[in-house]
Amino acid sequence: MPSTARPARRHPIRVLIAKPGLDGHDRGAKVVARALRDAGMEVIYAGLRQTPEEIVRAALEEDVDLIGLSILSGAHMTLFPRVLALLKQNKAGNIPVFAGGIIPDEDAKRLRKAGIQAIFGPGSTLEEIVTTAQKLARAQS
Amino acid sequence: MKRPARLGPLARAIVDGDRRALARAITAIENGDPAADPVLRGLYPQTRGVPVVGFTGPLGVGKSSLINALVNLLRERGRTVAVVAVDPSSPFSGGSVLGDRIRFDRRADDAGVYFRSMASRGAAGGVAAATLEVARLLDAAGFDLVLVETVGSGQVDVAIREIASTSIVVLVPHLGDEVQTLKAGLFEIADVFCVNKSDLPGADLAKRDLAELVSLGNASGRWAPAIVGTSTVDAKGLDELWNAVEAHERYLDDSGERRAGDRRRLAKEIVGLVRDRVGRELTDRLEHDEELRRLLDRVVARSLDPRAAAEKLMAEERRAR
Repeated sequence: MPSTARPARRHPIRVLIAKPGLDGHDRGAKVVARALRDAGMEVIYAGLRQTPEEIVRAALEEDVDLIGLSILSGAHMTLFPRVLALLKQNKAGNIPVFAGGIIPDEDAKRLRKAGIQAIFGPGSTLEEIVTTAQKLARAQS
Repeated sequence: MKRPARLGPLARAIVDGDRRALARAITAIENGDPAADPVLRGLYPQTRGVPVVGFTGPLGVGKSSLINALVNLLRERGRTVAVVAVDPSSPFSGGSVLGDRIRFDRRADDAGVYFRSMASRGAAGGVAAATLEVARLLDAAGFDLVLVETVGSGQVDVAIREIASTSIVVLVPHLGDEVQTLKAGLFEIADVFCVNKSDLPGADLAKRDLAELVSLGNASGRWAPAIVGTSTVDAKGLDELWNAVEAHERYLDDSGERRAGDRRRLAKEIVGLVRDRVGRELTDRLEHDEELRRLLDRVVARSLDPRAAAEKLMAEERRAR
């Protein structure tokens, strides 16, 4: 009997939204999660106070196309590179990571160089974030 | 363990404990990707029929927190556990927020646990179309137990029954009077009733109403649903809940119901696969096959009725085989 598989069609983008570190300000992450949902994505919302190890584990278990990190604590220069390093260690360096929060321009420049694909500070529109997320996920798959 | 030579690289990686391979295969199943086909077919003989425990009940009753507490208990006992948590997809955008993971404790380095969030993707009944095959894959991957959390269920969301060997209906105090327990649907599928948030007042009354319901339907020799009160804030009743699950699993074996149930479910699954496939083929032909398009034209013009057209289509299909 021939294969009973369904023909493949364009599938929803799976994206992990997480907050590394210790700040409890999750409003921004929730607003972005909601906007990505309304754009047709499946958003795995991992929530507050995640370690880089937990974030990477969740990304691998959930087989996401994209990771979004939100941070307002100021610890981005420690936590973001750690997430990127762990992804590489797990042969998942191809999963694009974008970020949002309070990140000074100087730091943003260095983080982009380190491999964070896009950084959204205060004043970013949801439309920008959604469009960028779609582009990053589609470019990767 | 049997390991047929025809196992492909992805299937082999899954059996060897590669979690990334497992995660990718689950995505392939969800997406209807043909790559899932050889994996599922190759691994079917490797499945052992491990217990699949379903957690269903209205939204907000604490299903995720309960699963988290049970996973802790089961890990202490050395059992490996896979969790599949389904949340609804938007009927408007197709998107979803899968938020069950936040109830899950930090287990960054425990290889004995796997957690996967799943969107319902338009399926009715409280689970996704892929959930059954994903549970089977997790069995083949070697987990001792598979726990499935449904979307917050309404009264008619009983599809978990077709996937789980033991179904736990999770409720909380003050969901309604005893007449609610008489209604058809959700209350009929429970192997175990769990009154969660039992630290709140009204839990005893809820348990009493359920006991009344269970006593009404109790035919001798058949399984009578267990009723357990739990509270995840002070970790009460979890042992009792798991004991009830194990008692039901034993009952399935001793009574022969597991075998009978598996047979019934597999028959349904096979017919479903054929129905899907034939349905897709016929839909495709109605659009592209010149002769069948003319048939559809006649129905649209009301010179042929839909039932007669279906008869013709079936005859056509039989001839083609």
